[in-house]
Amino acid sequence: MGFGEAWGLALALVLEADRDLLEIVGLSLRVSLAATAIACLIGLPLGALLAATRFPGRGALLILVNALMGLPPVVVGLVVYLSLSRAGPLGFLGLLYTPAAMIIAQTVLITPITAALSRQVLETLHDEYDPQFRSFGLTRRQTIGALLIDGRFALATVALAGFGRAIAEVGAVMIVGGNIDHLTRVMTTAIALETSKGDLALALALGIVLLALALTVNAAVYGLRAGAMRAAHA
Amino acid sequence: MHDTGMPPRILSVAPPPSPFLPMRARGLALAPRGQRLLGPIDLTLRAGAITVIMGHNGAGKSLLLQALHGLLRPDAGEIRWGDLPPAEARRGQAMVFQSPILLRRTVAANIDFALRAVGRRDVKARRAALLAQAGLTARATQAARRLSGGEQQRLALVRALATDPRVLFLDEPTASLDPAATAAIEALVRTAHDSGIKIIFVTHDIGQARRLADEVVFLQEGQITEHTGVDEFFQSPKSDAARAYLHGRLPGS
Amino acid sequence: MKTCFAALLCAVAATVASADIIVQSTTSTANSGLYDHLLPQFEAEAGYKVNVVAVGTGQAIRNATNCDADVLLVHAKASEEAFVAEGRGVSRADLMYNDFVIVGPAADPAGIAGSEDTEAALRAIAEAGALFASRGDDSGTHKKELQLWSAAGTDPSAASGAWYRETGSGMGATLNAAIGMGAYALTDRATWLSFGNKGDYKVVVEGDPDLFNQYGVILVNPEQCPSVKVDEAQGFIDWLLSDAGQSAIAAHQIGGKQLFFPNAN
Repeated sequence: MGFGEAWGLALALVLEADRDLLEIVGLSLRVSLAATAIACLIGLPLGALLAATRFPGRGALLILVNALMGLPPVVVGLVVYLSLSRAGPLGFLGLLYTPAAMIIAQTVLITPITAALSRQVLETLHDEYDPQFRSFGLTRRQTIGALLIDGRFALATVALAGFGRAIAEVGAVMIVGGNIDHLTRVMTTAIALETSKGDLALALALGIVLLALALTVNAAVYGLRAGAMRAAHA
Repeated sequence: MHDTGMPPRILSVAPPPSPFLPMRARGLALAPRGQRLLGPIDLTLRAGAITVIMGHNGAGKSLLLQALHGLLRPDAGEIRWGDLPPAEARRGQAMVFQSPILLRRTVAANIDFALRAVGRRDVKARRAALLAQAGLTARATQAARRLSGGEQQRLALVRALATDPRVLFLDEPTASLDPAATAAIEALVRTAHDSGIKIIFVTHDIGQARRLADEVVFLQEGQITEHTGVDEFFQSPKSDAARAYLHGRLPGS
Repeated sequence: MKTCFAALLCAVAATVASADIIVQSTTSTANSGLYDHLLPQFEAEAGYKVNVVAVGTGQAIRNATNCDADVLLVHAKASEEAFVAEGRGVSRADLMYNDFVIVGPAADPAGIAGSEDTEAALRAIAEAGALFASRGDDSGTHKKELQLWSAAGTDPSAASGAWYRETGSGMGATLNAAIGMGAYALTDRATWLSFGNKGDYKVVVEGDPDLFNQYGVILVNPEQCPSVKVDEAQGFIDWLLSDAGQSAIAAHQIGGKQLFFPNAN
């Protein structure tokens, strides 16, 4: 078993546009992009709020949010499993072992990342804008909106960091998705499965495809960002 | 402490009545963590005069300006604008900073932002008028932060005017500009003054003070040592510090 | 925006059709490709999908206890009977069997290759202090292994971390670890036959009646778990136990070798 074999296999998988592979890749993208989108909807305004406000206990809250960036995916998976299980409080939704459960788990996993990192980049921006915004007498909502708009290019990188974590994690989606063939199998759980079958070459080939996928998404965002920056002359 | 409330040098026409003025500051002091940086200050500013604040570096000029504008909360004393309640007084003020704080957006979007912040509806028409006033019509769609220094400060100034202020604070707005750019800013300030806006201007530029000021407030070590008409200030400064300042010496030397 | 994503969530969630059932099962059956072989045949007939979650037997039973399953298909008879006795399952039926084997490196440090006596082989491993990789995950295979040690009169837990290495993971991961460190391991034959990373490993102990590995199938009790789709789940169980299902199990081969032996009553 060598790396050469894995590269050859990866290339063959992609060139043949293997139907199972496309399905798995599609679900990986769908789940992780949806989780990233929701995590950004929640995390970016939260980050902006933390960047723009001072209140007692803020320091402790920042430490907490930063620490949550290191949440182990398995723990997130377990907590979401216990919530979505038929025996759990949200069991009536019937979401366990569905892509929706995987989206929820990854959203929980990466929302702290989007919140903590956006707080970091927006705080710098806020420090610069603050005298002017206070001179304008902006409301908190106006301030947060302006920070999110003016920080948009840095926030694209924040979103990518969240996406990277989501698409690469296996612990959470394995538990709440169950790695069910043709339903909840994604790239990482497929890699784990092939590893446990001892088919290391195929596992590594899938890993190479996953890496290529992450590269493609990053390149796409980088390209969009560069284009938008040119258009905005920012 | 001098608070002579000197009448302005020229008052050919009666100042337009402003509910914001006179501004009265009483016992105003800034003392973060017990360290006194400013005050106590008693100061009355009347309508119709361009007030220039001068003083050596570290004298507290910017602190006074920010305290009057409400960006810094005084540790003692009070400020009253006419008979207005504080919140209402706050809405009629704007400030231009030494280095303009421009949004990472186009020139037009920077003006729109200020117009929307105060809830203006006629954004397009007002924007066009302000761009024309600043001579930036041709630059409307360019990135604000790619403008030259003079253009950036002109934009910052008309953006401040977009909020329809009755009082305009300027904190060394031409400190890093060349003479032509400085003249353009001064012309805009003069126009704003002529339209009845109270101008309170911090500068180190003695020539600029002579050109713009009706009255001068001179600060030393957080205290007002002189508040007088501009001619009197330049002809016969009362304090040693002011004399030193006008002769380009450090205070006490 | 927010409604847009809520809609997306629902759209994704909606990919689970209402009649589909969930089977909690073991990594050994899933990794051997049994379901890839069986399910297309069944689904074509039945018209609904069977979703298999492959975990260790212990976790499969716990998940089913949480009502996160319609059918339980595992191999730990005592635990299965307890599950039914507690009212969690309706009834248990024998489905099929295969057997366990002990695999080891070609060097065979305990000298047990070719043995048909599991107890003697385990005692030899313990005496030689040869490395042994255990699942250590409360799975059916793990429970079986503990029974075998107990029958051999040896308590390996004292040597845990020394020559007795508990991986706490699935069969495949445990085999990867065993092969990586040169340890013996107990595995079901089906997983071993389909395992792709054998290195120089061979079956060293097989053929002992003690290594028999019975699989059972249980309908999760709808009285405990109202979410259970009784008709569909029972339909799947009936098919597995029918002649058609039993011969489909027998027909599953890897490299010309039959992996599971149907033995429904």
